[in-house]
Amino acid sequence: MILHDLISYDVLRVIWWGLLGVLLIGFALTDGFDMGVGALIPFVGKTDLERRVAINTVGPVWEGNQVWFILGGGAIFAAWPPLYAVSFSGFYLAMFVVLAAFIVRPVAFKYRSKRDDPRWRTSWDWALFASGAVPALLFGVAVGNVIQGVPFHFTEDLRPVYEGAWYIKFIGLLDPFSLLAGVVSLSMLIMHGGAWLTLKAEGAVQHRARTIGSVAALLAVAAYALAGVWMAYGIEGYRIVGDYITTGPSNPLHFTVEKTATWLTAYGERPWIAIAPAMGIVGGLLTFLGLRAGREISTLLFSKMAILGVISSVGLTMFPFIMPSSSHPQSSLTVWNSSSSQLTLFIMLVVTVIFMPMILAYTAWVYKVLWGKVTTASVHDNSHSVY
Amino acid sequence: MEFGIVELSRLQFAMTAMYHFLFVPLTLGLSIVVAIMETVYVMTNRPIWRQMTKFWGTLFGINFVLGVATGITMEFQFGMNWSYYSHYVGDIFGAPLAIEGLMAFFLEATFVGLFFFGWDKLGKVAHLVVAWLVAIGSNFSALWILIANGWMQNPVGAQFNPQTMRMEMTDFFAVLFNEVAQAKFVHTVSAGYVTAAVFVIGVSAWYMLKGRHIELARRSITVGAAFGLASAFSVVLLGDESGYSATHSQKMKLAAIEAMWDTEKAPASFNLIGFPDQKARETHYAIEIPWVMGLIGTRSLTTEIPGINQLVAQAQDRIRSGIVAYDALMHIRAKNGAPDPADTAIFEKHSADLGFAFLLKKYIDDPRQATDAQIVAAANDTVPTVWPLFWAFRIMVVLGFGFIGTMGYLFYRASFKGMNYPRPMLKLAVIMIPAPWIAAEMGWFVAEFGRQPWTVDGVLPTALSVSSLSITEVSLTLAGFVLFYTVLFIIEMGLMLKYIRKGPYQDVEETEAWVQRHKNRLAGRRNADSIAMPAE
Repeated sequence: MILHDLISYDVLRVIWWGLLGVLLIGFALTDGFDMGVGALIPFVGKTDLERRVAINTVGPVWEGNQVWFILGGGAIFAAWPPLYAVSFSGFYLAMFVVLAAFIVRPVAFKYRSKRDDPRWRTSWDWALFASGAVPALLFGVAVGNVIQGVPFHFTEDLRPVYEGAWYIKFIGLLDPFSLLAGVVSLSMLIMHGGAWLTLKAEGAVQHRARTIGSVAALLAVAAYALAGVWMAYGIEGYRIVGDYITTGPSNPLHFTVEKTATWLTAYGERPWIAIAPAMGIVGGLLTFLGLRAGREISTLLFSKMAILGVISSVGLTMFPFIMPSSSHPQSSLTVWNSSSSQLTLFIMLVVTVIFMPMILAYTAWVYKVLWGKVTTASVHDNSHSVY
Repeated sequence: MEFGIVELSRLQFAMTAMYHFLFVPLTLGLSIVVAIMETVYVMTNRPIWRQMTKFWGTLFGINFVLGVATGITMEFQFGMNWSYYSHYVGDIFGAPLAIEGLMAFFLEATFVGLFFFGWDKLGKVAHLVVAWLVAIGSNFSALWILIANGWMQNPVGAQFNPQTMRMEMTDFFAVLFNEVAQAKFVHTVSAGYVTAAVFVIGVSAWYMLKGRHIELARRSITVGAAFGLASAFSVVLLGDESGYSATHSQKMKLAAIEAMWDTEKAPASFNLIGFPDQKARETHYAIEIPWVMGLIGTRSLTTEIPGINQLVAQAQDRIRSGIVAYDALMHIRAKNGAPDPADTAIFEKHSADLGFAFLLKKYIDDPRQATDAQIVAAANDTVPTVWPLFWAFRIMVVLGFGFIGTMGYLFYRASFKGMNYPRPMLKLAVIMIPAPWIAAEMGWFVAEFGRQPWTVDGVLPTALSVSSLSITEVSLTLAGFVLFYTVLFIIEMGLMLKYIRKGPYQDVEETEAWVQRHKNRLAGRRNADSIAMPAE
């Protein structure tokens, strides 16, 4: 096949680095409000009917949203196999907790209202809470770890080895900076869930969602700003040393990498990337104001802007690093040495270019069909067919 | 067996995959059955068909959600428990998984919500389209995951790259149109259709025995029998097709299923029943049917099918050739990017056998230092344990023929006996409900256990594919999955039984009024067929 030479290897790698970001952001924008609503359920709904309103605002769409998570796994496997291999085996027990949450959540949505027993329903409500809040926290913790570098190395055969005893591997993830990153992601997704409920619910549920959401928005902005300051003064960065080629074979051991004082030198080299953290902070503040004022559509858009800014700021700051190794910087994964082959990246790009617009189009159509508020009356009248 | 990381990881994968496949076949088939029922509703406008769509749709939903939930584990555990595998073949294996997400998962998951929530929000035809999109999405996902699995059985269109120490894709279309993958796809979705047919018929038969929901049950059995008969033929005939393609790609698996220790003169006979003895390498008390194996495996009377002993001898040769490849690879790697052309030439000549040298890693770190005894031992490792394969395969085949028989009889009663079914047949239909699940699990067992000791046939041994984890970690997650999945299974079965006992509960008045009107009209015309009766 000659066709795939049309796009050079380094360009393909940058495109797939961008698509990795698109997937993570797509996941956070869609499934993010499902997780946020899940975490809010016990607090925005005092009665069974109110809780059902909150659940049914996401009832018809969470399944599609969750595919962003699954596609994220598949796309990382296809485009960045070493990243897939290192991260999921390295964050092993944390990953199991996330999987458990993502297994419980669908079941909780679907089965909760299939029995009338109040204890049955309350148990599932807390399951929805945990399966929303815990992964929301852990995703941030994982990002915090990646920013600081993760203790792994490759053997000569390119077998990834994660260092430390199993309990250290798990507890070690929860260092203060990573926990702060976890607070950013948890509060950001609660803010997003609050913005979603403001649009889709009314009355008491909406009112409580606005209150909690606005507190979460402020917390997210504050924690994010604090993490930025911390990164300026207390977190080391990484850089590639010496000559390297961006079109070479994907072998992480071919590069020389060393630690630097901070990641934030990237803002001196590429000042335009400052737009990302600016969007994060401004978006968060506007969401806060929107929630206080009770604006519906614009608040959700501001919340999306904040998430877009926060997530892309991490990727743009670390570029070209994807997952640095703290114990053996030589093994760090970068855009230039941990992708799939040129042919695979090209084929996957063609498939994505064909299907992604279709996915976005029919997803938009489904949201349009479902447009409008979920009310206590509508849940009550359709008690058999809704969640 | 000593339980190390490899065994624990295998156990976990087997458990989570087989558990996942309790839900998948019903999703594959029931999505189509429901869409067929809704099609009849839209075409005839008869409320009973809408009620059927909603009723079977509810059961579909209870099952679907666990298929989705347990599928998430599958997508991520390659990276978690099989990280060297993920690195080694991710360039090829990851692509169909990602395409599955783009093409299939989004389609089924985005529209399944609308299927349940959209009855009042969509027009009739639009809702029907949604039902079909869910069915198409589910079936597409089977296609892509079986392309991925087919590549593990028959790794075409890929080649080892010494620079990156992994397999890389050379021909996407070879991976796509892999004959093993195509045969597996049709075999697997047909198995799913049979599962749904048996399920629909079994539940309906229970209603008929109890004298409940007769109108819904009779029509459901009719749909199930027609759909099931076609699928049962397809699953058996195309299962035969996978046997045929296994003759080219996985000779050892075929020989093990058949417990054929030595090459027989063509055409080989088929061991109907027997007791394989792995140590003595013979099958006791075998009842043989002449010619059949040769015909199934080769579609000819003259081509030989190699026996296990002959394949072990071949494996020894390939291990020796693999050692040459491994040696050249080490030289290439030592030169760091500027390899000696002589080494490259040797490597290319022997690279197809590189995986066989890896079989020695179980015994010695550097395969080049292996003794003759170790080479013999590694060659013997290429034989999977025969007796479970032998029996699992036979259980699957017997059940497959059983499905053709029962579906054929029900189809005959539905077509020519006015949808009247004798009670013993109805009882049998209820008892038969678990049978397609047993057959499907047996089938996967044969496919995956029969591929051992490889994860990717001839390319990467299972023992090398695992992650560098501690026994504690894998034991913890294994225990977690067992606990978790058991609880979910009990909850799922509880709800499924509750909703089956409850019966159709939506659109009840409208449907009953229509049934009454319909009966009155039928009474006016003797010998009228109740289904062929024109709509109002």
